[in-house]
Amino acid sequence: MSMSSGRLTPPESPPGASAFPNLTIVADRAAAGAPAAVRLTEVCKVYGQGRAALLALDKVSLSVAPGEFVCLIGASGCGKSTLLSLVAGLDSPTSGQIETAGLKVSLMFQEPALFPWLTAARNVELALRARGVPKAQRRAQTQELLETVHLGGFGDKRPHELSGGMRQRVAMARALAQDADVLLMDEPFGALDAMTRDLLHEELERICAERTLTVLFVTHNVREAARLGDRVVVLSSRPGRVIEEYDVPRGGDRAEDSRDVAELASTMTARLRQEMRRHGD
Amino acid sequence: MAIKTQSSAIEGLDNLELGGVPQEPRARRIARTAWAAAWPKLLAVAIVIVLWQLVVATGWKSYVLKGPTVVFPTLWGLMHHRLLWQAVGITLRRAAIGYALALVIGSVVGAVVARVPPLRAGVGSIITGLQVMPSIVWFPFAIILFGLTTPAILFVMVLGAAPSIANGLITGVDYTPPLLLKAGKTMGLRGFNLYRYLILPASLPAYVAGMKQGWAFAFRGLMAGELLVLIIGQPSIGVLENNYQDLDFFAGATSILIIILIIGIAVDTLFTSADRAVRRRRGLLEPGAA
Ligand SMILES: Nc1ncnc2c1ncn2[C@@H]1O[C@H](COP(=O)(O)OP(=O)(O)OP(=O)(O)O)[C@@H](O)[C@H]1O
Ligand SMILES: [Mg+2]
Repeated sequence: MSMSSGRLTPPESPPGASAFPNLTIVADRAAAGAPAAVRLTEVCKVYGQGRAALLALDKVSLSVAPGEFVCLIGASGCGKSTLLSLVAGLDSPTSGQIETAGLKVSLMFQEPALFPWLTAARNVELALRARGVPKAQRRAQTQELLETVHLGGFGDKRPHELSGGMRQRVAMARALAQDADVLLMDEPFGALDAMTRDLLHEELERICAERTLTVLFVTHNVREAARLGDRVVVLSSRPGRVIEEYDVPRGGDRAEDSRDVAELASTMTARLRQEMRRHGD
Repeated sequence: MAIKTQSSAIEGLDNLELGGVPQEPRARRIARTAWAAAWPKLLAVAIVIVLWQLVVATGWKSYVLKGPTVVFPTLWGLMHHRLLWQAVGITLRRAAIGYALALVIGSVVGAVVARVPPLRAGVGSIITGLQVMPSIVWFPFAIILFGLTTPAILFVMVLGAAPSIANGLITGVDYTPPLLLKAGKTMGLRGFNLYRYLILPASLPAYVAGMKQGWAFAFRGLMAGELLVLIIGQPSIGVLENNYQDLDFFAGATSILIIILIIGIAVDTLFTSADRAVRRRRGLLEPGAA
């Protein structure tokens, strides 16, 4: 989904960024007017009122094309989860517009948010039931989804009997079960070991390719962002603003330890550091 | 000391239930579980009997206060009469009917009040107010409304128990975790389905707690009712208690008290195990928690 918006180096970009010729930094994509699966226009979100009011998002404009995989990175508390819940329609922005083109959106929360009275399989099955999958098909589909997240043998366990990472994976299976067009994922793999995370990256890529999913993926891990994203959006420290967007070139070696990914990751890390220093002053 | 041994026994029980000892044969495991559950209670009973005998030995109010050596043979004797079993049967039937009515009415009221916000504030506080009313104050009304009949007793039982049950359900609905509600909404659960698959199951622990408390109020109402509303030809536990006191048959009256206690404990055990089962399924019961 990389767009031909030319190569420009913003004035505040870290020294050395331009040394990577395959890196494209894109500005003002929201203004480009391309067809979008998700479009945020000057979205502000204020929590609370009066003197306790807290500006969580400040004029965020972002557009995600259909089938695009966009990663969001930014410091803790900069409004990433807020942004996802606005896109999911769980909350409304204080000002600005959010359009999702009538698409079905599913959100995988930062916490697993599983129903504690249901087994892992039942949790997944409930999502299938809610979207009207006939009973005869639910069992097989549930099992298939659990196998996708490598939990085929844990369907009959209750959430409290699973590890933190396993719960996250059940939550991912449940999010996939909703068969949405837009999948919002809030640090889905934060609690996983590197090996399991690698496996799930591959599964997620496979599923995205199969279903032409549009994904908005929050992570603190720049390598993960470079590994998965078509584009990486960097938010400023609170209040969240889009300060940078990086196109990740398609094709080539995208393993997490490949050279391209490592280069992009270090560029983004430098940019994040710079942002944090600015915020620290 | 007694408390300490009891809690460690329950810890052992929990470990059993959590499958900590998987190889044990089923029959033996059940026997051990039953023993682990029973012995603290037996110990408590033994302590009570010893204290009781000590008080009796001082000779305090010996006219009314009969010791275990008199009461237990009397109880044994009463158990061989059809009258006692008839009375227990009538009392238990009333308990079941009254509680069932309270359950239905309390649940319906609770569900409606929890769902309809305008009712929430007003009716909610009335329900709490009803809960603190002692059942005895309703009897004059009940007797005027229904006369000296079983419905008068059931009326008081329902007024005592239904508010607790309704309140349990309302609390459960109110305390449904917002995160789970959000998860349900993104999943597409709406209206009735949201209640059926999310809010009701989420409120089950508080609902069961309300049901348990409701039982205590219902049973108190029932006992008070049977002592006040004496119905000819219906020998209930309360009637027997009343008669034996009037006849100065205090060993008999004490025996009836013991029977009331046993019924109360037996039903409470059922509610406690239901409560524990609900919490265990959700991982709300730590191994070792009493
Ligand atoms: N419901 C709320 N009420 C009040 N303030 C809130 C609420 N939710 C979030 N905030 C505030 O909004 C800001 C952004 O929160 P948000 O959860 O979106 O951060 P985040 O980027 O997801 O952080 P993290 O990476 O730590 O998950 C924080 O300062 C937080 O305190
Ligand atoms: Mg967050």
